[in-house]
Amino acid sequence: MSMIFGVPIAVLSGQLLLGLINGAFYALLSLGLAVIFGLLKIINFAHGAFYMLGALCTVVLFNTLGVNYWVALILAPLIVGVLGVLIEFFLLRKIANEDHIYSLLLTFGLALVIQGVLTNIYGVSGLRYPIPEVFRGGVNLGFMFLPYYRAWVIVAALVVCIGTWFMIEKTKLGSYLRAGTENSQLMQAFGINVPLLVSLTYGFGVMLAAFAGVLAAPIYSVTPVMGANILIIVFAVVVIGGMGSILGAVITGLAMGIIEGLTKVFYPEASSTVIFLVMVLVLLVRPSGLFGKEA
Amino acid sequence: MTTSVYASPARKSVLEQKQRSERRKLMLYGAFFVIALIAPYVVYPVFLMKILCFALFAVAFNLLLGYVGLLSFGHAAFLATGGYTTGYLLSTYSGLTPELAILAGMSASTLLGLGFGLLAIRRQGIYFAMITLALAQLVFFFYVQSSFTGGEDGLHGIPRGKLLGVINLADNLAMYYFVLAVFMFGFAVVHRMVHSPYGHVLKAIKENEPRATSLGYNVDRYKLVAFVISAALAGLAGSVKTIVFQLASLNDAHWHMSGEVVLMTLVGGVGTLLGPVVGAAFVVSLEHQLAQSALGDWVNVILGVIFILCVLMFRAGIIGEFQKFYKKNFK
Repeated sequence: MSMIFGVPIAVLSGQLLLGLINGAFYALLSLGLAVIFGLLKIINFAHGAFYMLGALCTVVLFNTLGVNYWVALILAPLIVGVLGVLIEFFLLRKIANEDHIYSLLLTFGLALVIQGVLTNIYGVSGLRYPIPEVFRGGVNLGFMFLPYYRAWVIVAALVVCIGTWFMIEKTKLGSYLRAGTENSQLMQAFGINVPLLVSLTYGFGVMLAAFAGVLAAPIYSVTPVMGANILIIVFAVVVIGGMGSILGAVITGLAMGIIEGLTKVFYPEASSTVIFLVMVLVLLVRPSGLFGKEA
Repeated sequence: MTTSVYASPARKSVLEQKQRSERRKLMLYGAFFVIALIAPYVVYPVFLMKILCFALFAVAFNLLLGYVGLLSFGHAAFLATGGYTTGYLLSTYSGLTPELAILAGMSASTLLGLGFGLLAIRRQGIYFAMITLALAQLVFFFYVQSSFTGGEDGLHGIPRGKLLGVINLADNLAMYYFVLAVFMFGFAVVHRMVHSPYGHVLKAIKENEPRATSLGYNVDRYKLVAFVISAALAGLAGSVKTIVFQLASLNDAHWHMSGEVVLMTLVGGVGTLLGPVVGAAFVVSLEHQLAQSALGDWVNVILGVIFILCVLMFRAGIIGEFQKFYKKNFK
């Protein structure tokens, strides 16, 4: 078997693929965080919980109503997105004028409640969701085996990320969003319904998290606490990349996934900490983040 | 000759009022002290010690959130570092006295605080919370993988030892009065800091950081010193807690613990000296009651709901709301 740096190519490329998939999830989640932060100026500590809700929704819809994967891919993010809009409307809006620390704490409390309730219902042992029929099996690329579903996850995540970038940078709605990020009061004065835009933005950011959750359902074990640990990693990713640019968030997410995958091959002991170490390095060298504008 | 401004009746009454409120405060602290002295004869001492440890932890945390406006979401790392260091030393070196082990634990968390602080104060606001949370997770994984922490099992059966080689801490009452003394020391440190010129600069930074900078204060250094002291006291709380319960576990390092100390401070009253103490007593008692009741599995949900209610309706916390009520009706 051919080797690179004393590691079989198949092992290396396998871990690279896993890293890329993790990176796709980091990208989707940090993208959602960045979108929400842009307009609401808050960090959504419940983001991991919404990611988990997306995955859990998929499983529960399948088990109870037999809803298939493709419908769930649309339906689960919509359900979670509506929940997000309601949360913004009934809770976050009430304290929008207070110190942003309070909004952060509110979302933290929400995450505790959502996770706690679902843990009591579904336990923590993990639910299984079958890989959709179309994506069973894979293709042998010669140097590695590529399961179809994993390829699909990467493609779908990239398409959604690029679509989001396009929407924000190139469309009219996106221009409102960018204007709101700069100065929402002025935009309100121009007659744009800012509160509605804020609700929809929060809902959209949350939908991105839920979409990532649906993608994750067939390959990760679905548990009510699955979102908590990944969220902390995504925070580190956000600190590394800075929340200034959409593409920056996507690139950082993917890159961190790949670095994590490589670490698993060459120094497995550090695989759970390497992203945090990169964060420390970035803070020392470039405190505002790789793509960040603000200090 | 004009009358001195100091002798003006208005000034005099202000001074008198100040003196009266100082006296009232002293009486309040005195009452608390007397209650704390009698309490172990009424309530189970270990339970009281748990409250005191978490109260010290929350007081340390509140120094940052309440007086500098920095939200640290990684304070569990300091609690755990103090606990693990003390626990490891006491169970490895049988001749070591507890106060030395506590000093070592406190030093370890102080150093860690310096590292965290140097990194985290490079970013502001919401980033600060994310960075401290991520750094604490780094520390958590380090403790999971290290051998000296006992990994998932933690350290058990840590001997309490003899304080200064004389007082046997195996006795719960002796232990309690020692923990009370440690708590009062920590509280006094924070009390002194907050009321010193240094503390006023911290408050200025909290209110308006650019202005404090423009007045020539080295804002980053002020923040760093506050962060390190807060970490040291959190480590002290962790060290003492480890000796009380004779165990150190990963629970203390988990992000959940960082969230819990935020909740204690929030419930009691951010930016008030007694708030974190009352908040810690409230949360610890609540968890204790819930664990024994049928709602044991719902602890996290209930804590989350309290979080949400506090943020939406009682942002001033128990002490803060009480102060507002008092000012409105009795002044």
